[in-house]
Amino acid sequence: MDLNEYLIPPTEATRRRGPHDRIVMTSRIRLARNLKAVPFPGWGKKPDRIKAAEIIRPAVESLPEMKGCFAESLDNLAALDKQLLVERHLISREHAAKGAGSALVLNRDETLCFMINEEDHIRMQALLPGLQLKEVWGTISKVDSRLEKKVDYAFTTEWGYLTACPTNLGTGIRVSAMLHLPGLVLAEQINQIIQSVNKLGLAVRGLYGEGTEALGNVFQVSNQMTLGETEEAIVERLNKVLSQIIEHEENARAKLLEKKPKMLLNQIGRAFGALSNAHIISSKETMNLLSCLKLGVDVGLFPGVDRTLVDELFLITQPAHLQHNSTEKLGADERDLRRADLLRERLASVSRPLAELPGSPEAGGEAG
Amino acid sequence: MLCGLCKKKEATVHLTQIAGDKIQKVDLCEECAKEKGVNDPAGFSLADMLLGLGASQEMEEAAGGADLSCPSCGFTQADFKKTGRLGCADCYQTFAEGLESLLKSMHKGTRHIGKVPAGLRRTQDLQKRLSDLEGQLENAIKTENFEQAALLRDDIKSTRKDLEELASA
Repeated sequence: MDLNEYLIPPTEATRRRGPHDRIVMTSRIRLARNLKAVPFPGWGKKPDRIKAAEIIRPAVESLPEMKGCFAESLDNLAALDKQLLVERHLISREHAAKGAGSALVLNRDETLCFMINEEDHIRMQALLPGLQLKEVWGTISKVDSRLEKKVDYAFTTEWGYLTACPTNLGTGIRVSAMLHLPGLVLAEQINQIIQSVNKLGLAVRGLYGEGTEALGNVFQVSNQMTLGETEEAIVERLNKVLSQIIEHEENARAKLLEKKPKMLLNQIGRAFGALSNAHIISSKETMNLLSCLKLGVDVGLFPGVDRTLVDELFLITQPAHLQHNSTEKLGADERDLRRADLLRERLASVSRPLAELPGSPEAGGEAG
Repeated sequence: MLCGLCKKKEATVHLTQIAGDKIQKVDLCEECAKEKGVNDPAGFSLADMLLGLGASQEMEEAAGGADLSCPSCGFTQADFKKTGRLGCADCYQTFAEGLESLLKSMHKGTRHIGKVPAGLRRTQDLQKRLSDLEGQLENAIKTENFEQAALLRDDIKSTRKDLEELASA
């Protein structure tokens, strides 16, 4: 099966909605599980990994939730396909770098994805748009309970699910949400927020998880501790913290609108100017400017423009997605040209942002 | 002081992490620090590195200086120091003593209180029921309540049978 034909087109994928999705892009939970009788993937030899995959893959594919799934060994996927999966946040960069024995199984609507032989034998994840951690936990726990009947998990009553890294021991759970926080970044409050979130034992990471930069003002917040606490308690704790971050972001935006409207208009106007007129633009610059554009749509500076357009641009201007839409192989320089062409083309029908914030006293009848 | 990683060059980068009531220190040479991305705040996780260094120190102490290796997969403490990952499920048994204090510094507790696979949960329930019944039986015999004791004995018998069936399933 061709991965490109299987994946949901970006226009459709970004149209999905969820609660608080202006700020919370996705809610995600992954569970780490291992087989009892086979060494962990990082220590085992190639035959061990292949053996593990031979046990796990058919069991996963036979789950009712995975009906009509896409399943493939990583060594059968082209580098571009793997990069495409990383850009969609369906597999980790670590997993994309793995070879023989590693595989992925993805369900039809891309809400469930199994990484086989990543750091652990099984890394299963469920994701939904917006803030829906409880729903995501319900989904993934149900799938996990079905799978445990088919494969023998490494588990002890004392230490729970055994994982390759002791940091994941116990529940093997990582609950995370991807947040768009331009308000807190512009208001220069983000470091304060990151510090207090860290103090609560939660981690804040960049766009592509561990060790990545917070491009486009996108941050991932997740739990770090996995032992000595129930899954429900972890989900609840994260939920509370996320509600507070949402509130802080909303406040930061409101304050910027009130106290620094010119700064905000300037940022958004310049972002639109550059994005809709550039001829050479890097992926990094694009993401950062698109973040401003999205904020502009959120605060009503682009009447009639749907935020899904920005979300879609965010996805299709990334390297593998650009390459995928091109017939010839692109180098980094050519991608920067193509990216700019694509942005100019897609933004051509978008009128420039309002010169004043809607609802502000001077705005008068101008917004109409 | 020598670098805690390569143990060759002079350590010039000194890092300290306080987690809970534990203070952990790492001393690195310029090169190792660079390699581990110490200068890049986004890419560097002190916790990850301490995990390798600190844990293996504790494991060495727990083992009384002997270099333990896992009988199932051959994984050693030195390997853990290098990777911060364990070799197989049995490693948790092999390195249990050293891991205990590491887990304490890393997690909320050192005992799992979350989800339990359904099959195992049933076993646990039955085991608990069995020990409850045995206690009641003892009491019944002590108080010479033999009628009750006979009933309890039957219950125990059937619970044992359920347990055996579960184990063989």
